[in-house]
Amino acid sequence: MFGYEPDVILPLIFAGLMGISILVYVILDGFDLGIGILSVFGTDDEKDTMIASIGPFWDANETWLVLSIGLLLVAFPIAHGIILTALYLPVFVLLVGLVLRGIAFDFRSKVSAQSKWMWNLLFFIGSVMSSLSQGYMLGIYVLGLDLSWASAGFAALVGLCLAASYGAVGAAWLIYKTEGQLQEKAVIWMRMCLLLTAAGMAMISIATPFASARIFDKWFTTPEIYLLAPLPLLTGAVFAGLWFLTAKLPRPDDSYALVPFLAMATIFTLGFAGLAYSFYPYIVPDQLTIYEAASAPESLMIILVGTAIVLPTIGGYTILAYRIFRGKATELKYD
Amino acid sequence: MDALILSRMQFAANISFHILFPTITIALGWVLLFFKWRYERTGNDAWMKAYFFWVKVFALSFALGVVSGITMSFQFGTNWPGFMETVGNVAGPLLAYEVLTAFFLEAVFLGIMLFGFSRVSSRIHTLATFLVAFGTTMSAFWIIALNSWMHTPQGFEMRDGVAHATDWFAIIFNPSMPYRFVHMLLASGLTVAFLMAGLSALRWIYGDRSEPMYKALRTGVYLGAILIPVQIFAGDMHGLNTLEHQPQKVAAMEANWETRGNVPLVLFALPDEEARENRFEIGIPSGASLILKHHADGVVPGLNDFVAEDGTVEHPPVLPLFISFRVMVGVGMLMLVVSWAAAWMLWRRDDINKPMAFVLAGMAFSGWIATLAGWYTTEIGRQPWLVSGVVTTAEAVAPVPGAHVALTFATYLALYAVLIVVYLTVLYKLAIRAHYGNIEKDPDPRGDSVSMGKATGEALQPAE
Repeated sequence: MFGYEPDVILPLIFAGLMGISILVYVILDGFDLGIGILSVFGTDDEKDTMIASIGPFWDANETWLVLSIGLLLVAFPIAHGIILTALYLPVFVLLVGLVLRGIAFDFRSKVSAQSKWMWNLLFFIGSVMSSLSQGYMLGIYVLGLDLSWASAGFAALVGLCLAASYGAVGAAWLIYKTEGQLQEKAVIWMRMCLLLTAAGMAMISIATPFASARIFDKWFTTPEIYLLAPLPLLTGAVFAGLWFLTAKLPRPDDSYALVPFLAMATIFTLGFAGLAYSFYPYIVPDQLTIYEAASAPESLMIILVGTAIVLPTIGGYTILAYRIFRGKATELKYD
Repeated sequence: MDALILSRMQFAANISFHILFPTITIALGWVLLFFKWRYERTGNDAWMKAYFFWVKVFALSFALGVVSGITMSFQFGTNWPGFMETVGNVAGPLLAYEVLTAFFLEAVFLGIMLFGFSRVSSRIHTLATFLVAFGTTMSAFWIIALNSWMHTPQGFEMRDGVAHATDWFAIIFNPSMPYRFVHMLLASGLTVAFLMAGLSALRWIYGDRSEPMYKALRTGVYLGAILIPVQIFAGDMHGLNTLEHQPQKVAAMEANWETRGNVPLVLFALPDEEARENRFEIGIPSGASLILKHHADGVVPGLNDFVAEDGTVEHPPVLPLFISFRVMVGVGMLMLVVSWAAAWMLWRRDDINKPMAFVLAGMAFSGWIATLAGWYTTEIGRQPWLVSGVVTTAEAVAPVPGAHVALTFATYLALYAVLIVVYLTVLYKLAIRAHYGNIEKDPDPRGDSVSMGKATGEALQPAE
């Protein structure tokens, strides 16, 4: 295939697919997890609007997590086992968080007004648990699944940073989907989260090369350092641009309302590209490469055929759903 | 307790909790499509109101199914890494196709199905309903294919201790797959039929005599009455298939220790694995031989054939299988009696009476009990194997400390106990409120912002 041996090209393709799927998950579920975190700052009416802005989407957003973990499971089964057993407890926190917010979302609209506050609270708590644990796992993963106290501290910081960035992308979604007072609040939330995110990303970028000599070598050697320089520089530029843009939002004609969300997606993509470059070819840092961990080529091939047909279809009807529910969020109704 | 037994109990708790919700959504999707189709054909708002009530049940069940399903997809890795390491080449593509062809379809179109009625044309809304129903059924297809393959594996070869697929058609359509798939779809249909009849009967008890309530009641009762004889037949076929491929499972279900003819159908007994005999046995002479071999002196395999020379037991535990199988069959028979009596009553009098309403309400979740009992029978019946003859459950467990598993298991149990109580409470309240909402015409809008509790006189308006 493409002039390469299947057992070379297929693991690479699947690592790429998994990467794309995780990135799409982080951006899409990031905004609805972020809105879950921000929901605690909204009034009761604002909570309804905030949740309505993610109502038709959150379920499909979370499916990207299932696809990501599914691809890890099916394409790199050994890595799947090593990573998930090492992260046993944070995975558990993530799952409980996802359960809580998923059901709180549905129950809060079907219970009496008196008990609604409790489901709102659970929606917030579940979103915070999910975001923090995802960041924590990323931190532990970056340090090669090292479970010492020092790594745990670093991972906790990554957790806070990821939660802040979810808050930022959530606020960006609100800027796009809401109006009036809530939109103005969202701009303020976004700027605060943006500061935290920038601080966190800088910290991770500095710590990662020092935690791993291999990654240090990948970044800080000539000519790589010059070729890679655009990555951090571009990220910094997007951050700065976003900072100046949000100072002037919302505009009276609501122009540029979607820009913060797109900019956040760009930041996530750039950060993700940096991580991917750092880790290649490892799937378990410094232990196992994608080639060692991959399933049999004939099994990967049969998944690839299905993926190639189905993924564009999924993209198509996802866009359709976003089009149907485009515009400012309104009250969600079944009838 | 060690990590193995704790991990098993945790997975059993998770999968038991999970299956409750797909069991509802698989068939409820098709029933909703039926409601929508009747509305399109007749223009009668009652069908649409029935739809709006049951789509909320669908949304709740779907949410619980999704979150508990995500939990399970992670547990393959956190607790059972040996499963994917050994049979990942077979299980992986089946799971991948489930995500690709089913999960995304249902998740994306669910939004349109739930909230799109006033935003898209009625035709697109019907299409969304169809695609969600189709997605849930596809999901069942792939996961049943994988589960059946674990019972009756074929189409693969072992190389260096790892399974490699050789024939995908043989893997997907393995010997027990068609039987298990049909049996499960019918189980889902029956669960929904009795849930629908039961919740409608509850509304009836509270004095609801509205047309949407009767539409759902009739749908539930007639659906149950039609499906239950089909299910009994399909279940019998499935049993014969199991006898052929996993005789030790059937031997344990029947608590038959010796291979012999004229095996009685044991109605009650306490199977004693230590003494390898049944205590307090009450049975119908030659009953099991008749059912399994269709003649009285038919030879039925016995459990003692599945004990190795050195005394190692190679059959599943007998007592749990014996009991769970009887619970499933018992509930099935009860379903037959109740649904036919209710159908008769509805047909003759066009209404139910109070005792029948209480019986139907009491049977609202009978489908869950039968489904769980059936799954326990087949899954415990596969032990000690995880994949029959390929990898044992003990070989697949993760090297996670027992204390960690104990912690997560206890938390899951607590969480699921709370969730099931809340779910049942909300269903109950939805049913009551649907009735009082009809009376008051203007229920508290704040507590009900995402519901149909609006004035009933208002015309339904799909977008054009």
